[in-house]
Amino acid sequence: MRIGVLALQGDFAEHIAVLRRIGVEAEEVRLPQHLHSLDGLIIPGGESTTIGKLAVAYNLIEPLREFGKEKPIWGTCAGAIFLSKDARRQQPLLNLMDITVERNAFGRQVDSFEIDLDVPALHPFGAEPRPYHAVFIRAPLIASVEKDAQPLACLPDGRIVAARQGHLLATSFHPELTSDDRFHRYFLSLAKKAES
Amino acid sequence: MEQQVGTFAVKKGLAQMLKGGVIMDVVTPEHARIAEDAGAVAVMALERVPADIRAHGGVARMSDPELILKIMDAVSIPVMAKCRIGHFVEAQILEAIGVDYIDESEVLTPADEHHHINKHAFKVPFVCGCRNLGEALRRIGEGAAMIRTKGEAGTGDVVEAVRHARSVLGDIRRLQTMAEEEVMAFAKEIGAPYELVMETRALGRLPVVNFAAGGIATPADAAMMMQLGVDGVFVGSGIFKSGDPARRAAAIVKAVTHYNDPYILAEVSRNLGEPMVGRQISAIPETELIAGRGW
Repeated sequence: MRIGVLALQGDFAEHIAVLRRIGVEAEEVRLPQHLHSLDGLIIPGGESTTIGKLAVAYNLIEPLREFGKEKPIWGTCAGAIFLSKDARRQQPLLNLMDITVERNAFGRQVDSFEIDLDVPALHPFGAEPRPYHAVFIRAPLIASVEKDAQPLACLPDGRIVAARQGHLLATSFHPELTSDDRFHRYFLSLAKKAES
Repeated sequence: MEQQVGTFAVKKGLAQMLKGGVIMDVVTPEHARIAEDAGAVAVMALERVPADIRAHGGVARMSDPELILKIMDAVSIPVMAKCRIGHFVEAQILEAIGVDYIDESEVLTPADEHHHINKHAFKVPFVCGCRNLGEALRRIGEGAAMIRTKGEAGTGDVVEAVRHARSVLGDIRRLQTMAEEEVMAFAKEIGAPYELVMETRALGRLPVVNFAAGGIATPADAAMMMQLGVDGVFVGSGIFKSGDPARRAAAIVKAVTHYNDPYILAEVSRNLGEPMVGRQISAIPETELIAGRGW
């Protein structure tokens, strides 16, 4: 299994480190030809405006949309914004997931936070069900999910911070910044399902 | 677990989101929008770019909060602002208005010649300059969540940025090949906290994100710093003191992403117009150099 990580900007090295730690081949993706022969793709955290502009400049938008029709893509934070169909402002988006996101929904950096979430989808990936410790940095909120997109995790007040639509996955927070690799293994299970 | 804000993980985490990106100095909301449109990952809001601070002389202080707030309103990307070294009240003011990162910067006139700010006491994260590994780890010990090599700001001459990046990265390589019993003497020699020296040795890199700054003026300068091993770049005077800021800014953004691809670097370096007029650092009198500020 080979997983690409979009390496235009952001914390792609952190995702690659987790993937390699759990024994998966990981590649940096900067140009359309780097997508060939990958089984899945992660779009990392970073600045969504920067990632979007660079994707446009290097003709990645269409190839990424084609890739996402068949193969799993997971976006964390900026990556979740990039996967959405609506970010409530003008910026390049992949339009792959039927979710609306609200950028910087929790305020500025001084409002960035850590919290434990209950994520039932992760329970098969641990010896026993336990909370998932999530890091939110100038994070977006998933304001609404439509069509067959489903919420995967919510804050205690019910606001959605992770969603899945078939083989596409979006998280407002950053599993690549913690040592808990359950979200990465969950994503790999989607990639394996898509393969078979 | 209750929600926690201002933890070191979220402070350091924002810097991790800026990796592979360009942070640009801006002095007006219009500059800020140009920077955002060019693909900047963050802007540094200030009244004068370092080249003008140099030319102007006098005491350089924190910028007017009104200007910083206008820049914060103008863009969706993070906004940083500078306070003087040791000036913890300027830092409190910047935290109160909600800037995303504070640069405790040698570009401004220092307010304390012995002590930097205790950055652990703040919810807002800090970035600090360094010339070598000891200085970097002292700042991290005080709570800095991001480091930048100092270079020599406002000159357009990259030579000091290279010197400082090579010093930090070279010392980390040396540290990794050292016998463990030699580490304490090394920590003493460079004046750094032993635990952070050990952590750096284990990681093979600084424990926080490390950008280059001070004298970067072209896409080639930016890509060279990336190839040397930094995580991203600050460009101060190099953009808005050049002939075509929007074009140069976009080119430097692309150069940082594709820093290892000479064909793309050649393409983005074409037709950028006049670069900023540089000042060769070796021709500047020692008393006018600013990288030596900080302790």
